[in-house]
Amino acid sequence: MLKAQDLHLTFNPGTPIETLALRGMSLEIPSGQFVTVIGSNGAGKSTFLNAVSGEQTVDSGCIEIDGIDMTRLPVWARARQVARVFQDPLAGTCEDLTIEENMALAKMRGERRGLSFAVKPALREEFRAQLSTLGLGLENRLSDRIGLLSGGQRQAVSLLMAALQPSRLLLLDEHTAALDPRTAAFVLALTVRIVNEHKLTTMMVTHSMRQALDVGERTVMLHQGQVVLDVAGKEREGLDVHHLLDMFEKVRGEKIDDDKLLLS
Amino acid sequence: MSLYTLLGALEIGLIFSLVALGVYISFRLLRFPDLTVDGSFPLGGAVAATLIAAGTDPFVATFAAMIAGAGAGLITGWLNVRLKIMDLLASILMMIALYSINLRVMGKPNVPLIMEPTVFNILQPEALADYVFRPLLLVFVVLAVKLLLDGFFATQTGLAIRATGSNARMARAQGVNTGMAVLAGMAVSNALVGLAGALFAQTQGGADISMGVGTIVIGLAAVIVGESLLPSRKLYLATLAVIVGAIVYRFFIAVALNSDFIGLQAQDLNLVTALLVTVALVVPRLRQHWSGKKGG
Repeated sequence: MLKAQDLHLTFNPGTPIETLALRGMSLEIPSGQFVTVIGSNGAGKSTFLNAVSGEQTVDSGCIEIDGIDMTRLPVWARARQVARVFQDPLAGTCEDLTIEENMALAKMRGERRGLSFAVKPALREEFRAQLSTLGLGLENRLSDRIGLLSGGQRQAVSLLMAALQPSRLLLLDEHTAALDPRTAAFVLALTVRIVNEHKLTTMMVTHSMRQALDVGERTVMLHQGQVVLDVAGKEREGLDVHHLLDMFEKVRGEKIDDDKLLLS
Repeated sequence: MSLYTLLGALEIGLIFSLVALGVYISFRLLRFPDLTVDGSFPLGGAVAATLIAAGTDPFVATFAAMIAGAGAGLITGWLNVRLKIMDLLASILMMIALYSINLRVMGKPNVPLIMEPTVFNILQPEALADYVFRPLLLVFVVLAVKLLLDGFFATQTGLAIRATGSNARMARAQGVNTGMAVLAGMAVSNALVGLAGALFAQTQGGADISMGVGTIVIGLAAVIVGESLLPSRKLYLATLAVIVGAIVYRFFIAVALNSDFIGLQAQDLNLVTALLVTVALVVPRLRQHWSGKKGG
């Protein structure tokens, strides 16, 4: 399980463009849970995800995964625990490497890399079998450069890659945002399939409220670097997008009122 | 042009193909513009020549030159990775530092190897003339290095190094310590350049402090010429292309310098190199423009 406690992170402290990205953000995700995270621009969704993956280091607070303290570890040292799919379909794969080489890299995520050949016949068969489940014909293109694939295809391969090696937490960073609607639906369905198959603990950041309610079992809304809404179970089942929008407005409205109080 | 000049061009081309392979690793695989080469080439020569002149076995001396080159590459990588100095600047700093270090190693501006044993004259059979045997031995050395590199970059570690150059963010997310990958790549790259320097000193009758001037441009020229002759993204073809590029480049230089009607002399070498690299850089773009695919 992921345990993030009282995270604070300020960008450009002490300058006119100072941004309080995380303000005492806390979130716990029990093992096996699929959580969707929403929030407006600047709510701290991406910053929180980057703090968990290690791309950003928090100023204070504590991040634990299954009891292992991750707070100060660099990205590569967290990789054994954390798998990730990026928003940019080109970011999650190496365009100069072949499909099988990319998958071989992911197969060794978080492991010590030695001097044995990265792509072995047994592995190749495993990759072929995985790729054939996509139904995109990629199983016949193992030695093609991955740069030749479309964004959607690369994102689908990225998802497979994330599940090649066990992880304690899967991070999905608006991973369908850059795709066309049809491809996005395909990638989302694939996401649900892979998460269920491997019973992955998952945190999916999304900009789409529809998506946030459709998949997963719990939804968290962030605002100004804090959790302002956390729904699961029955309460969540009854929710619709306009409910979320109302709550969204309410949260924002209250904040505006706060500001008015300050100014008057 | 005589057979002698031709074999001479082949010999130097083969030696510089080792430099070119090193440059390919840093510039292309790691995307680290590394000018350390201008210092690690003479460093290899200086270490090998000084050790041989002091009575060390030439093979041991050549190996020591590789280690010295690897060390130079490691320091450049460390300046960049740990001290966060910009890659190009880090390599320039190392290049400048190596000028002094090379003088210290040799203790004087040059170390002649006229009567000393070298890896070439130890292995040379009676039946073959030295100018025939040297390129022959070098063909084996270069091929062995090429195959070893192809193999290394297909291993888990090699793949991690290539991923670091191609997409460092992704590599880190897969658990690759990208800092270490840069260090390893730079060490391998400059070890090859050190080896080239050691072999160069042993074929040219000694090491000289100025033997490194322009090495990086020659290495880069070989890479670029090779890539335009044999464009491929497959690693084993790319390494082959780089070797062919180094030999073709040397051949062109030999033709240019040996054709009286052009009127070029040895001192024009760097100018010819600069022109050749410019042409090799512009031609692929022009070709693209003419074919109209990505014109404009």
